[in-house]
Amino acid sequence: MARNPQLNKHGELQHLLTTEGLPRDVITRILDTAEPFADVAEREVKKVPLLRGKSVFNLFFENSTRTRTTFEIAAKRLSADVINLNIATSSTNKGETLLDTVDNLAAMQADMFVVRHASSGAPYLIAQHLEATGRDHIHVVNAGDGRHAHPTQGLLDMYTIRHYKRDFTQLSVAVVGDILHSRVARSQIHALSTLGVPDLRAVAPKTLLPQDIERLGCRVFHDMREGLRGVDVVMMLRLQNERMQGSLLPSAQEYFKFFGLTEEKLALAKPDAIVLHPGPMNRGVEIDSAVADGRQAVILPQVTFGIAVRMAVMAMLGGGNA
Amino acid sequence: MKIHIKGGRLIDPAQDIDAQTDVFIAAGKVVALGAAPDGFHANRVIDAAGHIVVPGLIDLCARLREPGLEYRATLESEMAAAVAGGVTSLACPPDTDPVLDEPGLVEMLKHRARMLNLAHVYPHGALTVGLKGERLTEMGELTDAGCIAFSQANEPVDDTQVLFRAMQYAATFGYTVWLQPTDLHLAAGGVAHEGEIAARLGLTGIPVLAETLAIGRMLQLARATGCRLHLARISSRAGLMLIDQARLDGMQVSCDVAIHALHLCDVDIGYFDPQCRTVPPLRAQFDREALRAALADGRIDALCSDHTPVDDDAKQVPFAEAEPGTTGLELLLPLTLAWAREMHLPLKLALARITSDAARVLGLNAGHLKVGGAADVCIFDADAPVRISRETLRSQGKNTPYLGRELLGRVSATLVSGQVVYEAPARH
Repeated sequence: MARNPQLNKHGELQHLLTTEGLPRDVITRILDTAEPFADVAEREVKKVPLLRGKSVFNLFFENSTRTRTTFEIAAKRLSADVINLNIATSSTNKGETLLDTVDNLAAMQADMFVVRHASSGAPYLIAQHLEATGRDHIHVVNAGDGRHAHPTQGLLDMYTIRHYKRDFTQLSVAVVGDILHSRVARSQIHALSTLGVPDLRAVAPKTLLPQDIERLGCRVFHDMREGLRGVDVVMMLRLQNERMQGSLLPSAQEYFKFFGLTEEKLALAKPDAIVLHPGPMNRGVEIDSAVADGRQAVILPQVTFGIAVRMAVMAMLGGGNA
Repeated sequence: MKIHIKGGRLIDPAQDIDAQTDVFIAAGKVVALGAAPDGFHANRVIDAAGHIVVPGLIDLCARLREPGLEYRATLESEMAAAVAGGVTSLACPPDTDPVLDEPGLVEMLKHRARMLNLAHVYPHGALTVGLKGERLTEMGELTDAGCIAFSQANEPVDDTQVLFRAMQYAATFGYTVWLQPTDLHLAAGGVAHEGEIAARLGLTGIPVLAETLAIGRMLQLARATGCRLHLARISSRAGLMLIDQARLDGMQVSCDVAIHALHLCDVDIGYFDPQCRTVPPLRAQFDREALRAALADGRIDALCSDHTPVDDDAKQVPFAEAEPGTTGLELLLPLTLAWAREMHLPLKLALARITSDAARVLGLNAGHLKVGGAADVCIFDADAPVRISRETLRSQGKNTPYLGRELLGRVSATLVSGQVVYEAPARH
């Protein structure tokens, strides 16, 4: 049987591909490691030398300026050399296969690949290929693959929740929106259940829920009001433009009416509930501006914490499990 | 050439034989079982002691990739794979490039196959031109050229009017129509069984409903048109139940299952193994169990390899981008034996599904070793290990989740029309 591809034979983190199956201890260690990095950002000199001399390749087969930028900042604060490759607009269009691209870049003495790809499982293919060809000193970080996983986003959300709520084992958490197409939702759900959240809810219309989502450990709600009642954390998901009309949903307006987060709906959650969103937000579609800019939103701190968490992940992988 | 196959355990499901029985062959035919006919002097004696002698296997679905896809596989490589796997007759679907929708292409394929003088090839003609589901093919001409049935391969016919008329037309001449039941729209973009595994891996699901809806539609069309229908590659328990019900209602319909669907399920996708991408998709564990049981009790008529050679370039890509299909000709026998062992089935029953039952489904006088019949024979050692590896597979397609595994059931010799066309290399 193939062993868990993200752990090495000592059970240490070799790649970060998903939050699923990640031991609780490893998640906690990532979050703990991120704490001092959050302080680095406050300092005059924001750099630490943990990855000095290492090369981090941002391999983006799908465009995402925001995610790429946060990885770039994180790597630079660790003193790594960062090379950004927007492959969505370069070599694969010239017929080069994914693994050919990887082989070429590996030959340029890469130490780490940060991979974003439109197909679920693409970072696994890369990790398996590197291992099969004896280059397992190169680490792979999944920066989002298809609908499958976006583990650093999931982990930064955990960091955010821990920052505001401390103890996961007393929380009610609702994940709201397009769970079917969301890699973020999957990474959140696995991390939350691993960290011991006793009440995990998935709130969405039936057309935006994968079959058997309950098996991942969440309770399903189709009525957002019921789904939000008494929760400590509301995790909103982005609704992609192309889903807003057609056979999944009739219109953005109707979606907002039933599944958009308004102050009125948020009032059903606990008074001190926090609201997360992975960004970029569609104001007036999944979230009302009054909430997005309101006192319960922690959407901007998420972005700041995201850099610290990505630094932690890269430091742990590339800095010899710091 | 006179051949005496000596000392083997003959299992011939068609004749209900399972006993140590010698087989005598002359002029390409079986001339006697048990005792040699008067004056029989063998040119060659094959020692089959400790081995099992069966009618050559019949594969209901094997892609040879000719014409047009020779970079994937050639007739030479795949026919060599067939006989190495003990397969002496195979039906091939029309999804070549160009599609088998013209008599000339079929004649060429038959001719090329005959020249190679290995396994017998029985092409399925395309039901519609280019498999596009728009215009009917010249089914009569295609039959005269050598097609034994008509199929859409894995291309659903979206337009019900076209499918209705195609089945009506086929029924006019008594042709059998083979359809792989998948609803085009419900399966659109799907790459894995819709369920927990697809949800976890973030793969687009193909619901069981895509199969059951298609089966319901096909059964009703077959009933309305009187067309003989074969449902290819059933994948779900719910699909089987619809077929059971149709038979209870008195309908004649046959169906098959792919060998990998008896052994694997969606869980085997593991960490996105592209070798587990198939059409139809590997379904849930309970579906697999239902398929295994239904094949044992005959509700599924026969088993096929669904042999689909795919080159590495088309498999070493992310799961959803990988071309579906597995190589199967050389795994058909060992995996059939594994199913029989795991289900505690008599070998005679298990082997019927890839010999006599397969012949019945195809309407062939084959799959038996009756005196006077063609001497297509497979001799194997049921307990000898066979290693599945890039080096050992003769097929050009090395695409199988079993790569690196060792299975039991090693073919020692294959005869087609009384000629030894394959002998296993000596073992060290």
